[in-house]
Amino acid sequence: MFATAVIVFREVLEAALIVGIVAAATRTIPGRSRWLAGGIAAGLAGSALVALGTDRIAAMASGMGQELFNAAILGIAVVMLAWHNLWMSSHGAALAADARGVGNAIRDGRRECSVLLVVVGLAVLREGSETVLFLYGIAASEGSASLSMLGGGIAGIAAGIAVGYLVYAGLLRIPLRWFFAATGVLVLFLAAGMASQAARFLVQADLLPSLASPLWDTSGVLPQASVAGTLLHSLVGYDARPAGMQLVFYVTVLVAIAAGMILVGRPGAQSGTTKRAS
Amino acid sequence: MLRVALLALFAALSTAPALAADDDAFSLVIQDHRFNPPELAVPAGKKIKLVVENRDATPEEFESHDLNREKVIAGKSAATIWIGPLKPGRYSFVGEYNEKTARGVIVAK
Repeated sequence: MFATAVIVFREVLEAALIVGIVAAATRTIPGRSRWLAGGIAAGLAGSALVALGTDRIAAMASGMGQELFNAAILGIAVVMLAWHNLWMSSHGAALAADARGVGNAIRDGRRECSVLLVVVGLAVLREGSETVLFLYGIAASEGSASLSMLGGGIAGIAAGIAVGYLVYAGLLRIPLRWFFAATGVLVLFLAAGMASQAARFLVQADLLPSLASPLWDTSGVLPQASVAGTLLHSLVGYDARPAGMQLVFYVTVLVAIAAGMILVGRPGAQSGTTKRAS
Repeated sequence: MLRVALLALFAALSTAPALAADDDAFSLVIQDHRFNPPELAVPAGKKIKLVVENRDATPEEFESHDLNREKVIAGKSAATIWIGPLKPGRYSFVGEYNEKTARGVIVAK
């Protein structure tokens, strides 16, 4: 039962961290809770579908369907997170100050919320489908032992959600003055980490060269399966044995989004209607 | 469900000979939540095509932190995973959904 809980916890953790960070990063956007719940629900429904269609997805693209599917999901999430950060860079100041700008921002806020829904939905979908498959395997196999293992699965899900909530609650304690800078940086690294994972899937499918395999090996110092390794993997994309291509993707996305945030966030870079309230 | 399973089985059967004919392909079989062979020798310094056939009815996730790979393999189906080029050494892998029994090692020489 304990082993089951640990496996499920690992799968749920990544999605829970993403949901927690996104929930915190969008705290001032009106109506975001509904969108968030919608994203989670859509992700759960989607993960059941993906789990059911595993063999079909896998058979696509000459057997590389699963890798392409994962890389595509991660790629879309990266674009959405980038969009979120750019949006926050241009509206964040007004939202934080709770000033006149908010009225104008609400209209844009709806679009921002749909972006958020997609990110949360995809995160739940990706990790959820693996959890569904795992639990299905248990349910389908050993008779009486499976009940206690399913209990472990539920405990793992609960623990993952609890950590996600802790991250959310912890982030909310950051003073508003630094809050959006902090969540912006978190989202930035989240996106870069996802880009690196996408690269790994494309290397695994032999669609991209690895460039170096591995580029480094820090599994002796900080194994990826350890608690710290898992957390860092989810938060900043830590990889104990990355391919060279992963670092290329990571740095490219990191620099591109950071440059965009700086450009968009500069005073005077904004359009007339959304000028800073001051 | 049965039809899907049969289709998957058929797909696995029809692709298996083609893959086996590939010079660079190495194959692993999952049966009763165990890998066979549990230890697989491959050449070092070369990209390797690994074909994992899951003969169990339940899905399995091939996972290896050593190889930096993970792939879900549906029940009664086969999957291809590209690994390497590897330095000489031992690289362990597990079936994450049945970690107690499904364990193996790839030895690159």
